[in-house]
Amino acid sequence: MSMVDGPTPLPGAKASQAAEDREAAKSGPGTSADAPRGGMFKSFGARWNALPRQQQWAWLTIVVVLAYLLPVINPPLISTEPGNNFALACFDMARFALIAVGLNVVIGYAGLLDLGYVAFFAVGSYTAAMLTSPDSTFLKIPYLWTVPVAMAVAMFFGVVLGVPTLRLRGDYLAIVTLGFGEIVRLLATLIPAMNGQVGFQNVGHPPGLEADGTPIFSNANGTPWYWLVLTVLIIVLLLAGNLERSRVGRAWIAIREDEDAAEIMGVPTFKYKVWAFAIGAGVGGLSGALFAGQVGFVNNQKFDVVTSILFVAAVVLGGAGNKVGAVLGGALVSYIPLRFTAIAEYKYLIFGVALVLIMIFRSQGLLPARQRLLAYGRLAYNRVAASGKGGTPPSGGAPGTATSTEAGA
Amino acid sequence: MSTTEPEMAPENERGRSSDAPEIDEAMMAEQGIDMEVAEAVAPDREIAVEVGDKLVEVQNLTIKFGGLVALDNVSFDIKRGEILGLIGPNGAGKTTCFNAMTGVYKPTSGKILLEGTSIGGQKQHKITRMGLARTFQNIRLFGEMTALENVVVGLDARHRTSVGGALLRLPRHIREEKSAIERGMALLEFVGVADHAATLSRHLSYGHQRRLEIARALATDPKVLCLDEPAAGFNPAEKEDLMALIRTIRGDGYTVLLIEHDMKLVMGVTDRIVVLEFGKKIADGIPSAIREDPRVVAAYLGEPEDDVA
Repeated sequence: MSMVDGPTPLPGAKASQAAEDREAAKSGPGTSADAPRGGMFKSFGARWNALPRQQQWAWLTIVVVLAYLLPVINPPLISTEPGNNFALACFDMARFALIAVGLNVVIGYAGLLDLGYVAFFAVGSYTAAMLTSPDSTFLKIPYLWTVPVAMAVAMFFGVVLGVPTLRLRGDYLAIVTLGFGEIVRLLATLIPAMNGQVGFQNVGHPPGLEADGTPIFSNANGTPWYWLVLTVLIIVLLLAGNLERSRVGRAWIAIREDEDAAEIMGVPTFKYKVWAFAIGAGVGGLSGALFAGQVGFVNNQKFDVVTSILFVAAVVLGGAGNKVGAVLGGALVSYIPLRFTAIAEYKYLIFGVALVLIMIFRSQGLLPARQRLLAYGRLAYNRVAASGKGGTPPSGGAPGTATSTEAGA
Repeated sequence: MSTTEPEMAPENERGRSSDAPEIDEAMMAEQGIDMEVAEAVAPDREIAVEVGDKLVEVQNLTIKFGGLVALDNVSFDIKRGEILGLIGPNGAGKTTCFNAMTGVYKPTSGKILLEGTSIGGQKQHKITRMGLARTFQNIRLFGEMTALENVVVGLDARHRTSVGGALLRLPRHIREEKSAIERGMALLEFVGVADHAATLSRHLSYGHQRRLEIARALATDPKVLCLDEPAAGFNPAEKEDLMALIRTIRGDGYTVLLIEHDMKLVMGVTDRIVVLEFGKKIADGIPSAIREDPRVVAAYLGEPEDDVA
């Protein structure tokens, strides 16, 4: 009875898929030549998407290995020394990247401008500190256990903030989140149990001792901390990718594009906005806990609004909606003041100017790659491109449009 | 795409409604009705009412905006399997009626029933899942998504993957993602946008955007498909294509509510027409009767001066 003769079922299409991959690889150079030239980054994105999957994985592996080796190699021009310890700088970059990836879920995907993201970072830091520092009166648990607890507490705060405020839109939401960021900081100042400016010393760290008896994860030893955060970052990136290419990611982008239309198309917009907030908050709490562990000291001075704006700047700079862009933006925002210590004083001025320039010349951010929202979209798109090249007459330049857009994707 | 051309007269449909209690697929195939979309989108769809029964009942619907009465005590039914036209001069309340049905506006008084269940006060996304999908007069696609992704957003209305399931790529997620690609492509093919599946929807041509909106609404597996001026801005040839498309959709077992200005299109495609003027229903009947109805003629053309009404 079924007369669907267009698309072939996926399970049986594995063999032809390989052929299509090869075809796509062959057509790669042509595709990128067709693609509109939009600067270095754009053509890079086009070429990247034209690569077959195996090559992408190979390149990714190389990049990841290099990233892990970064503090060991300590490349001369890139290094932040002598001003700052390079391993610790790497840790800070990875931490910012992690924060940016989390905030990117809220701002980039769901399009909710959250100016109080530092609050979740603070909640994570305080959770880790209060559960491990000898200065706190709470029960003590091993540091590694505080990491999931910090995430859970931050997510809880995300829901608590999200449920009443996510009925607001746009500017109103931004103002409320800004207020929330301040509230958390003020609570840390005012509640006696949170020790205000005195803070918490000797926050815990992961177990393990070096041969000479000093802890591996000591405050001054950046490399193991960097590796830890980098590993967490990679896991978070993979999970965020999973979400992006699912109904969750599609719901977020649909909300960002047109919230009313999304609702009418059956997307429970409120639920998914709360989820975006909660997931973003969870990642914020996670990075907060890691930060508290590395620094070993938490007080109320580190969670001001300016830091929050810096997080937003990282996302916007890298390219809102693009998790790789967020990593780049986060790393840059952290790296520049550490590397160029002479201008560190003026970092807000510089980031301000950079943001204005970005808004004028490249409003999509440094890496304006579009989200891919289908787990198996590549198969379908390749098929469309292939059928367009084959016998069927192209109606109105169909194949050209299809391939070039996919390349831009 | 399809091997059989689903050219079926409305009489076919009517005749079937009396003697066929359920959609008999074999019989429909004999009649040249193909269930392509219905099958691609919802192989296991169930509709409670039979062909010809009341699928949607609008009862004494009144909507006021402050002192302005946009809809005044309007009642009509949509029967399963028909194409109902909702027409009227500009400002007659057609789109208001539409918005009330899809939950955008709350009725001041009156009820809207879908298969006997009231949809008043339900959240909009719930109404969509109950089986009422719509397109927009001014196209509202998700511009930064490809055509295929737009359709899959509609398909997601029937998906049951949780956030955790998507995060960890559990089997249901994988199954739903794969079937979504198949069904999404089938739908795009059905409306004729399959060649542009990978194109961002904001880059599509106007006609393709209109068609994509229909595909996205169909993807939610509606019982009633509400089209809000789908032919706006179309040339006559495109209108012909659209009429054929709407007939095919009905042939697949969907019920269609059509708001339209273009009289030729409305008369050509609908089974029954409801006419609104100044928020009131002034006529309800088959197209030929509506065409002759003096009140409708007056509403559209104005009262003839020598006609003492």
